[in-house]
Amino acid sequence: MYNGGKIIIGLIIFVGLVTFPILYSGGKATAKPDPKIDTTEILKLPENERKCVESKDYMKKEHMKMLDQWRDWVVRDGEGVYTNAEGKMFTMSLQNTCMKCHSNKTKFCDECHNYAAVKPYCWDCHIAPKEKES
Amino acid sequence: MSMNRRDFLKITGISTMLGIGGVSAVQSLRNRVEASQVMPNPEALTAKRWGMVVDMAKFKTDADYQRCIDACNKVHNVPNISNKKEEVKWIWEETFEHAFPGNEDEYLAEKIKELPFLVLCNHCDNPPCVRVCPTKATFKRESDGIVMMDMHRCIGCRFCMAACPFGARSFNFRDPRPFIKKEEDMYPNPEFPTRTKGVVEKCTFCYERLAKGLKPACVEASKGALLFGDLEDPNSEVRKMLDSRYSFRRRPELGTRPSVYYIF
Repeated sequence: MYNGGKIIIGLIIFVGLVTFPILYSGGKATAKPDPKIDTTEILKLPENERKCVESKDYMKKEHMKMLDQWRDWVVRDGEGVYTNAEGKMFTMSLQNTCMKCHSNKTKFCDECHNYAAVKPYCWDCHIAPKEKES
Repeated sequence: MSMNRRDFLKITGISTMLGIGGVSAVQSLRNRVEASQVMPNPEALTAKRWGMVVDMAKFKTDADYQRCIDACNKVHNVPNISNKKEEVKWIWEETFEHAFPGNEDEYLAEKIKELPFLVLCNHCDNPPCVRVCPTKATFKRESDGIVMMDMHRCIGCRFCMAACPFGARSFNFRDPRPFIKKEEDMYPNPEFPTRTKGVVEKCTFCYERLAKGLKPACVEASKGALLFGDLEDPNSEVRKMLDSRYSFRRRPELGTRPSVYYIF
């Protein structure tokens, strides 16, 4: 083998780099995200009104599509009121509807977004609610 | 299985028809479901074409101008950047020669020539900014003629700034947030977004306030010096004013048909 030493050293470095993330985390999975919905605003609501715009399941899976549709409806079509499956009406606004209840952006939005390594650019413009230091 | 060409063509034809019919049936059904989900706010102010009248006779002191400008900046979190090349303006004071270039009246009264004019986006009926926008980020709302900005779509190419003959558009050369004067550690209006680096912004006739049944912030603050209403309704406040006084617009020769009128 020509240049055997260099190749073997190179291979060792390569294997080291590739396995580093696994070895570094000790082979354990990182903690699952646990978004919190226990803000004071939500706890203040009576038990039977503690519901999001749509069902929890739907919001978990589809909130990004919903927000995308909302922004088109509001900005482009000038339609500002959303009626959900139960017939309840909401003003379509991330800042003034969603975040009025979910006032814990770091514990609610960022929790999963960081875990899934997605970086939505909502907060470049939209103002996140002020969170109490805890 | 044997099949002659005639049968084969018949079957393909029928299945194509069924396919197209099925897709369009599903599509129309889906549109109906979506359409029933949303509606405009019932309290919203509506018009066929919003317009504004600036009554220059009522602007006497600096405070009269500043009141309107401050109200707008506050409601929309407009940054205050002192560098003239990077400043962001929604409604501002302009000299006569800049607001009405090409005016050839040699002996126009000095007091008019020296008067600062309050200028803003004209919300043209034939907006050149909309025509040049490659992403349709700026568009004219069909329902009420407002020339809107969709910040989600703006890519910051600044074609619209080149196209606008009124200089009504400002580009965010840097993140505007550090330049917004905060009150009690909060942006002046926590209910309205800020903008981000790399988008163009301008006056939107307070579409967000109209949707709530409120008149634009500058109109509310102007104490009657700015009138706002439907240009296509002969009984509206603005049309009555235009009926009774001589009015003029900025650069009518360009054919953009501005919706902002000036009177003395």
